Amino acid sequence: MTGRPSVAVLDYGSGNVHSAVRALERAGADVELTQDVDTVLNADGLVVPGVGAFAAVMDALNAIEAPRWIGRRIAGGRPVLGICVGHQVLFDRGVEHGISAGGMAEWPGEVTALPSDVVVPHMGWNTVQPPEGSTLFRGIEDQRFYFVHSYAVQSWDFDQSIGAIAPPKVTWSHHGADFIAAVENGPLTATQFHPEKSGDAGMQLLHNWITSL
Amino acid sequence: MSLAVRVIPCLDVDAGRVVKGVNFEKLRDAGDPVELAHRYNLAGADELTFLDVTASSSDRVTTYDVVTQTAQEVFIPLTVGGGVRSVEDVDRLLKSGADKASINTAAVARPAVINEIVARFGNQVLVLSADVRRSLTTDSGFEVTTHGGREGTGLDALDWIAEASERGVGEILLNSIDADGTQDGFDIAMISAARAVTWVPLIASGGAGKPEHFPDAIDAGADAVLAASMFHFGPVDMIARVKDALRQAGHSVR
Repeated sequence: MTGRPSVAVLDYGSGNVHSAVRALERAGADVELTQDVDTVLNADGLVVPGVGAFAAVMDALNAIEAPRWIGRRIAGGRPVLGICVGHQVLFDRGVEHGISAGGMAEWPGEVTALPSDVVVPHMGWNTVQPPEGSTLFRGIEDQRFYFVHSYAVQSWDFDQSIGAIAPPKVTWSHHGADFIAAVENGPLTATQFHPEKSGDAGMQLLHNWITSL
Repeated sequence: MSLAVRVIPCLDVDAGRVVKGVNFEKLRDAGDPVELAHRYNLAGADELTFLDVTASSSDRVTTYDVVTQTAQEVFIPLTVGGGVRSVEDVDRLLKSGADKASINTAAVARPAVINEIVARFGNQVLVLSADVRRSLTTDSGFEVTTHGGREGTGLDALDWIAEASERGVGEILLNSIDADGTQDGFDIAMISAARAVTWVPLIASGGAGKPEHFPDAIDAGADAVLAASMFHFGPVDMIARVKDALRQAGHSVR
């Protein structure tokens, strides 16, 4: 490949996506904010941002048939990065305020409320525990990243008994309970925190992802 | 290992310049906001807060430009407050590059605006900025003020913080009007009282004068600390000094 990798940031009306666009540019990608299907399918990488409620984000994604395009990319081994609620909707379900909504079910697990005995939203810079051999966290294993969320996936139920499949790399963090901070699973990567708001560490993480495209 | 205490410099912006006063008055110039934002980012600030203290709408546009310019190059969370009255105002701020908006007077005037904003953008986007003074007119002894601390409301500050939390704000910025700009230390009793009535993150503001003041605010229940004067007019490594003081007191910092 010559030049900078192309990255499409999925435009479906989610909050402040401009910081993600700028951070990805700074980290070394040619970035387009788009919902054009050809661009979404053909970019070297696709970023799915997400802010707000799980059900609302899924509704907005469904409105532009995004789960279909995301699934097609993954089936073809083309990289996708989900951020925050864009990470959460990759799991089976989200339960917020008693309302259960279906996700994209790329991974098993439910997004549920963080424990009520800690300050929520979980807002600020927290540590993470990446596994051995993480590409995403290479060189930044000991850094803190910026989280803003009240819900999280608090168990990892992936069936790793099938020997032919390389097991996903799961990164954990803790706020009242252990929860999943990031997953690296072949072409599919996701972070519960906001790398685009995590200063130099976040920039390095985005750079790590971009150079893997 | 746990969540780090956030240290947040606050930039009061008037007509495109950073200003700072004592007890919300006697403003003096403290520099170019975009340049200061850069400096604080490099110095280890965990977030930045812009407070638009201007009254005119043309100066407000200038503040949006400042936020946009800052967001182009500074990749930490940006909160913007001042003159936020509606869902549309928040939308405009987010489109300018803000991550969060803080609301004060307009929420006191019409509390339902809190519900409207969080229904549209989520809890995490809205900070309740509570300008609170000591007063004999309320049961708790703490009263909410508006218009930059100039007008009393008769509203009990603890009732208001509890109500705003119920309505869905993602954070409380608790600013002590009495302590603001004095550099004599945070109002510890006020922080403890606020902590007891809300479960959302609490940012302590007003009165910080030296690094040793900050651990007291965290011990009293704050999750984050915000200050202006001591960062604008103090030594360039003041953020690091504050974090050292917090670390020595046993608190996690970034």
